[in-house]
Amino acid sequence: MSLTQGNTMTSHTDASSDAADSGSVTRAAQAVLAQSTDRGGGVQMIGIDKIYPGSGSKALDDFNLEVKPGEMVVLLGGSGCGKSTALRSIAGLEDIQSGRILVGGQDMTAVPANKRGMAMVFQAYSLFPHMSALENVEFGLEIRGVGSEERRRRAMEKLDLVGLADQAAKYTQQMSGGQQQRVALARALAINPKVLLLDEPLSALDAKVRVQLRDEIRRIQIEAGTTTVFVTHDQEEALAIADRIGVMNHGRIEQIADPVTLYREPATEYVATFIGLTNRLPGHSDGTQAEVFGQRIPLLKGSHTGDVTVLVRPENIALIAAGAEADAPEAAREGLNGIEARVNVIHFLGALVRVDAVLTGSGTPLTIQLPAGELPPSLNTGSTVLVAPRPVPALAV
Amino acid sequence: MSSMTAAIQPQRPADFGAAGTSRDPAPAEPSASQHLSVAARHRKQLGTFAMSIPFFAYTACFLLAPTVIVIVGAFRTSNGGFTLANFSKLFEANTVSAFATSLLVSALSALIGAAVGAAASYALTIGAKPNGLLRRVVSAVSSVLAQFGGVMLAFAFIATIGINGVCTMLIRQLTGQTVNPNWLSTLPGLITIYCYFQIPLMIIIFLPAVDSIRPQWREATENLGGTTWQYWTRVAGPILTPRFVSALLLLFANAFSAYATAAALFSQRSILVPLMIQGAMRNEMDPNQQGFAQVLAFAMIVVVALVMMLSHAVEKRAGRWQ
Amino acid sequence: MAVNTITAAQDAASTTTPTTAVSERSVMPPQLRAMRVHKQRIIKTAILAVTLLFLGVPLLCMLIFTMRHPLSGRWSLDPWKAIFTGDGSSLGADLSTLWSGLGTSLALCVVTVIIMLLLLVPVMVIAHIRSRRMERVIEWVATLPLTIPVIVLVVGLGPIYRWLSADVLSTNPIWLCFAYAILVMPYAFRAIAVGLNSIDVLTLCEAARSLGASWPRVFFRVLMPNLWQSILSASFISISVVLGEYTVASLLGRMNLQVALYQLGQSNSQISTAMSLLALLFGVLLLVSLDLISDAMRRSKEEH
Repeated sequence: MSLTQGNTMTSHTDASSDAADSGSVTRAAQAVLAQSTDRGGGVQMIGIDKIYPGSGSKALDDFNLEVKPGEMVVLLGGSGCGKSTALRSIAGLEDIQSGRILVGGQDMTAVPANKRGMAMVFQAYSLFPHMSALENVEFGLEIRGVGSEERRRRAMEKLDLVGLADQAAKYTQQMSGGQQQRVALARALAINPKVLLLDEPLSALDAKVRVQLRDEIRRIQIEAGTTTVFVTHDQEEALAIADRIGVMNHGRIEQIADPVTLYREPATEYVATFIGLTNRLPGHSDGTQAEVFGQRIPLLKGSHTGDVTVLVRPENIALIAAGAEADAPEAAREGLNGIEARVNVIHFLGALVRVDAVLTGSGTPLTIQLPAGELPPSLNTGSTVLVAPRPVPALAV
Repeated sequence: MSSMTAAIQPQRPADFGAAGTSRDPAPAEPSASQHLSVAARHRKQLGTFAMSIPFFAYTACFLLAPTVIVIVGAFRTSNGGFTLANFSKLFEANTVSAFATSLLVSALSALIGAAVGAAASYALTIGAKPNGLLRRVVSAVSSVLAQFGGVMLAFAFIATIGINGVCTMLIRQLTGQTVNPNWLSTLPGLITIYCYFQIPLMIIIFLPAVDSIRPQWREATENLGGTTWQYWTRVAGPILTPRFVSALLLLFANAFSAYATAAALFSQRSILVPLMIQGAMRNEMDPNQQGFAQVLAFAMIVVVALVMMLSHAVEKRAGRWQ
Repeated sequence: MAVNTITAAQDAASTTTPTTAVSERSVMPPQLRAMRVHKQRIIKTAILAVTLLFLGVPLLCMLIFTMRHPLSGRWSLDPWKAIFTGDGSSLGADLSTLWSGLGTSLALCVVTVIIMLLLLVPVMVIAHIRSRRMERVIEWVATLPLTIPVIVLVVGLGPIYRWLSADVLSTNPIWLCFAYAILVMPYAFRAIAVGLNSIDVLTLCEAARSLGASWPRVFFRVLMPNLWQSILSASFISISVVLGEYTVASLLGRMNLQVALYQLGQSNSQISTAMSLLALLFGVLLLVSLDLISDAMRRSKEEH
């Protein structure tokens, strides 16, 4: 993560030092070109603005993204956040009003969509209905003038890769949704794209197929080493397959980081609440530490000061004591002072248990998550418990 | 009652097999309630059958009977005996030329109507919202104009380009040229008039076909490196062709069957088959004309049936992937 | 590890190299998609303009024709006055045939719609619920009139109507309704089929039956309210077909609106043209109102 920032910084610094020899290509682009040799099929989007005709607001607002060669970046966000627009801009399916797009160091901004050498998998309905699965996969190769023998061999290879070699002759409308998306993936991979673009490819599928295909896409992507941008609104999907996740809001990336960092160290309130569950607890912050229920919690960078809301993950709230069976030793070990709460509902989730409670004093709702084995047996709906936030770094807003 | 059930029974099992798999998931294996359900099924079958009697009886009287009368009449002598002699009139010069004219007018008006109508449908769908005002107005107007054959259409063109038509006058005043007052009764004139209902008909038939073209196909084509030309020749063209051809055939049948417009334009000349039928019906009492109307009508049925079968075959071919 | 964002990095970059940011901003990348949309819009406008011109000019000419006397070149609204006052004597035209033809056609509309609904709706509903094969047979039969030219049907209907008018009924043109019910059947069938396919008839019936409703109750209280829109559309289409019908009436020698228009056209083409325009306008109104109704229905469904 910090590496990304470093790279971007470097490129701009270079740009300013090379200012003298700027020709038809802008300096920023030149700087990128200079570095492009070791970039392979990486993608850079610099300062992209996109306004849809007839709409006042920007779909992309000074949007910046760098995808390293062979990396899978997931753009995650709610509907209308601009994630699909960003993806379609890379593919050349949307005009952009400013900024530039570089692939493997080459400026693609002025290149029409059919010359960009990218392949996209759409949400649904993108397969040609009058062609068999094999013909669909062959299509891109045929356009590139690959001979029929070679074409067939390569198409079959890709169909085999997605596990559909035996369905090659079927029309795609006779296939299930999952199979259709596999064919679409094979079709995209067949042209050996510089960048693979996936626009919510799983959102039209059943939950079970979705998980299965998701893992398969990741396996194939790692094997092929294709630079990939994957767009989704499903945070679980994003966390499961991404090298890095860019969380988008209002046409910008709020934060881009690997899944673990994103979860543990959210940079903004939006990111913290969009990914995973979060408790909003009142506290007082001095910028580096906050006091919540008499407990001192270290704060993440970007936290506010003064009276704040501290965003604490459910697993970072300790259940110190439940009714009579006060678990004093654990509380002592962690050095926590509890505050009283009443249990509303207990959700059993398999390995985990989620407890919904409210603080008896203020009525603030609270969600606690703990391993199922650690749930005190006497805990019931209506039980009174002592809870406390653990001193794990959190964001105060 | 029971004999009737038995009579219906043999024809029905396949029906209920099909209905059973798709509609009511009745248990296939024998069960205690099977006897009861068989009785219930019989009662249901009878009910369905009884409800459909009026429909089938009515269509038998006013659709099947006239058709049978035409077919039988084509093969009958004036005494009621069987003959093929009536058909000899089909090969007389004026009959052959009426058929040729009819086929030519139908084919050309269908081709022009289909081409223009398809282009208009495409123009209505690109870059427009599916429920846009222009589109809704055009499709509503089209469905009226597609029915606008006959006397009113003849009046419209007489008012436009007839002897005292508005355009005729305008052309005379502006250019000094006189439009042939009989232009409407020439072949190009007739084809133009027919196009007036063919184009709207094509729009209403073909609009759903163009709608079924997904924007993703174009984007996927581009993405895979295809040009606009390749998109049309390799993707959109092949997908639309079967439906275009079947619509074209439908337009042909529509023009071939049309009577009222031509009848309102040419009161006396039998240059088209339907007009010839009209003449033959008027002269039915003439022994020379025995069965002539029926023979012509029979020939029309054959032509239209062939066209329709062709249209179905084309649609079925497309159905392989739909 | 510090939390950071690309936005932060970008901010930092733009402060160190403001000129870069400016030069990137000032050059707008080529708007390839917008150019294509523009080109498409030109093609679209051209095609639609030509098509609508072809369809519009005769209608406009009709309107002008009714208001400008072809021989004297005098402009007047007399034909329209004649129609709306019902008195054509000022133009030397006898409109009584026109009115009787119009009356017959309107009566035919009503009777034909009733016959069509009675024939189609019950059998289509029951076939839809009970037997897919029966449904296919009905579809085949109901759309058959599209395949048999009307002129051919008339040849066969001639003897039937001769027998009907001589021995059973009368020569009253109202009995054309029997033939007209056949003519409107394909259109009406399709309209109703669309309605039937858009609702889950079977589930509705089962739900109502399980709540103890009798079949007539199911039909009138459950199915009809859900089908009324397609029934309306079937009726409107039938009306527009009946109002425009000429072939059967003229060849069987009965008077209806179109036959009357044709006869009037021989003596006073202006009034008959004006009347044609009115009939056409009525057809457009029927279909536009249908479109508006279905639009309102869709909206109210979306709101709920």
